[in-house]
Amino acid sequence: MIRIGIDVGGTNTDAVVMSDRTVLHSVKTVTTEDVMSGVVTALRQVLSEGAVAEGDVDVVMIGTTHFTNAVVQRRDLAPTAAVRLGLPATASLVPMVDWPPDLREAIGNHAYLAHGGHEFDGRTISELDVGELRRIGQQIASHGIRTVAISSVFSPVNTEMEQRARDVLGETLPGAHFTLSSEIGRIGLLERENAAIMNACLRDLSRKTVTAFRDALRGAGLDAPFFLTQNDGTLMNAETAEEFPVLTFASGPTNSMRGAAFLSGIKDAIVIDVGGTTTDIGALVNGFPREASIAVEVGGVRTNFRMPDVFSIGLGGGSLVAGDPVRVGPQSVGYRLTQEARVFGGDSLTATDVAVAAGRADIGDARQVVSLDRGVVEAALETIREMVERAVERMRLTPEPVPVIVVGGGSILVPDRVGELNVIRPDHYPVANAVGAAIAQISGEVDRVFSLAEMPRDEAVARAKAEAIERAIQAGADQDSTQIVDVDDVPLAYLPGNATRIRVKAVGDLSVA
Amino acid sequence: MSPERVSTGRARRLGEADVDAIAVGAAILGTGGGGNPYIGSLRAKEQLRAGGVIDVVGLEDLAPDAMVVSVGGIGAPVVGIEKIEKGDECLEALRGLEDYLGRKVDAVVAAEIGGSNSIEPMITAAQAGIPVVDADGMGRAFPEVQMCTYFIYGHEPAPAAMADEKGNRVLFTRVKDMYWLERLARTTAVDMGAAAGFALAPMRGDFLQRYAVPRTLTQCLELGHTVAQARRERRNVVEAVRTSQGGVRLFDGKIADVRRELKGGFAVGRVRLDGIDADAGAQAEIDIQNENLVFRRGGVVEASVPDLIIVLDADTGLSITTEVLRFGLRVSVLALPCHPLLRTPEALEVIGPAAFGYPDVTYRPLAAEGSPHATVPR
Repeated sequence: MIRIGIDVGGTNTDAVVMSDRTVLHSVKTVTTEDVMSGVVTALRQVLSEGAVAEGDVDVVMIGTTHFTNAVVQRRDLAPTAAVRLGLPATASLVPMVDWPPDLREAIGNHAYLAHGGHEFDGRTISELDVGELRRIGQQIASHGIRTVAISSVFSPVNTEMEQRARDVLGETLPGAHFTLSSEIGRIGLLERENAAIMNACLRDLSRKTVTAFRDALRGAGLDAPFFLTQNDGTLMNAETAEEFPVLTFASGPTNSMRGAAFLSGIKDAIVIDVGGTTTDIGALVNGFPREASIAVEVGGVRTNFRMPDVFSIGLGGGSLVAGDPVRVGPQSVGYRLTQEARVFGGDSLTATDVAVAAGRADIGDARQVVSLDRGVVEAALETIREMVERAVERMRLTPEPVPVIVVGGGSILVPDRVGELNVIRPDHYPVANAVGAAIAQISGEVDRVFSLAEMPRDEAVARAKAEAIERAIQAGADQDSTQIVDVDDVPLAYLPGNATRIRVKAVGDLSVA
Repeated sequence: MSPERVSTGRARRLGEADVDAIAVGAAILGTGGGGNPYIGSLRAKEQLRAGGVIDVVGLEDLAPDAMVVSVGGIGAPVVGIEKIEKGDECLEALRGLEDYLGRKVDAVVAAEIGGSNSIEPMITAAQAGIPVVDADGMGRAFPEVQMCTYFIYGHEPAPAAMADEKGNRVLFTRVKDMYWLERLARTTAVDMGAAAGFALAPMRGDFLQRYAVPRTLTQCLELGHTVAQARRERRNVVEAVRTSQGGVRLFDGKIADVRRELKGGFAVGRVRLDGIDADAGAQAEIDIQNENLVFRRGGVVEASVPDLIIVLDADTGLSITTEVLRFGLRVSVLALPCHPLLRTPEALEVIGPAAFGYPDVTYRPLAAEGSPHATVPR
């Protein structure tokens, strides 16, 4: 089986072509402003240099940090309204209360509380107030907002209120996007609502981006099916990705860690993935990304996704170096690195320029940085070293020495030792992300209400598990590699017959036989 | 507030960082229940940002005739992370009690230091402009109202008051005994949506000085600092918690199954664990009723109420409450000895294993070596 893995980061677009478990060829190109032309370039280049014909490609997997970067950098975010149904309950904490103030401001801080919501047993907290919702809808319209997140108390148990609110608001906001919290998250109002709001503010960007991917594949002459990788390292189709960009949030770190494990053959390590804008630090435990136990923050916002435990810092090859005392990042020139960095003849002083000036890397034109103030270079390198060390210390959980695997395009920023830990750079390390995307797993899911009056819970769970595995295999997973990664059951106390909603997810490696 | 009945000269005024540390400590002492303190800590910080003041006084600062009321939330923890409070449920309940008594109370105190009920009295104190006492009635969390030292050691169960977010206030003016208070309050709480504010046991200062578990807000604060420091120094957080509290490490494992249902207003369930590391190949189970009640390894009981059974994330050492337990998490299970006030014959009748429906389980007190409670006189 021939598969292509692409990683579209804020700075670089990487592509690999693999035949079963062998990397045939990899390329690293610059992400373009329109995204699409960079993807086309990467695809054409990897196919021609790897001597693979377009028609031989079976499948294309795309991983992207585009949406995460947008939130982290607070850019390309649409003004968004958050409407929560639950009054008079929940008034003590308004939507986005625990967000970083600048992100809240970046999407306009439009939070609305309305009546509605359910009790745990399916009773309503209060009836939906259509007049109230219409007034909210008019206010949202008057601000020119086109995307709305709706959350409702206990919506994972009963989705009806959120759907009705969408219908009412849709009348005053024709053509607006709606993200319902019940479509995204589990029990835990604040975290589920946070995810819904972030999803909503990315809907404009996701439509543009997914369309660009589709066009890019066509532009490169590929008609193979394409998928995007999501948080847990599994694949989703393009339509789902457009509707739920938030589900890609942790796909970057997941891909880079799975790629790092695959390329290095090391199963327990700290992984540092240095991109153009951010650096992600995670831990491999027995070959898999260590999962965060409780709430995971993205851009400072708490969510309850099942995600790898990753600590991100605003450091990358494109990070701006400025100020006195010298600061590095979090602003980054991103994909404009090859125009704006000094070594490429630009005016912006970036972390890459500093690395070149210090002789750590040979990129662009080193003559452009010979005249740099040595004090600034050394201060910047020291700042970078401190940032990396502090982040690694944070992710490291035992005093025993563990190897540090460094991957990603900006990995020249990382010295050969981090504290007392040895640094390993495996083959193809700059494109570990794309390798991780190429080896993304296939999932099978079951989400269904079982009546425990008809069968005991153990049997219901066992059936759901078997069915999820079967679905994963049908979707192309290798039977021997399948495993259950998620079991979640929510008792629906308001339904007769002791009903329980059981959600099971099985994953497996793509069958290459 | 009557200054002569509560001396606030030595009060500790809490800031946002203190609230965060208390939330971490309270989650650990919550033994899986008591409500997730994250929501509570956000609410407390919103109070502080709005100009509210949280002053903590010691038991020794109470005059014998000071009147202190216990406040907290009553309901199922899973409801607490979904149906967030309107915000003044406990204050409303407190006002209900004051109206009935015809006087203002001098301070509030927690009935339960574990989980969000450590923070609820701090919020009420800020709203009412009175101090909160550094003590509680459990030294941990328990699922039922009668399971606090105030009632175990003889305080009258009435009057008590409850309030919800919808504007309902319920006053219990005469209640036969503490079990009836639990039954009536529980039914009311379920009707109110399995989450309500509760104000109970208007107590005299001298009663609290004898029967409250002392210094537990401080204990939460210190636990929070222990966790933060261990994380900062990259030491094993689980071990830091264990040694600072004189506990026992019971099991390291991965969660193989979580079974949970809402029964009579409680989250009732059982967690199965498959051992990892030193416990590889072994299996264990924890029974839950809001809190972790009984721990069994290979079917044999190794710890039970009233001692504290605590589930921590194996890697970060942060407490995992029962409502967020899920398949696949790597956890460490610790047991900590409870306060001596909870180990007397009269206490064990109310909070021993038999009281939770385990007549066959004999309570064997954990060795209290190194425990902060070991030297506390009765």
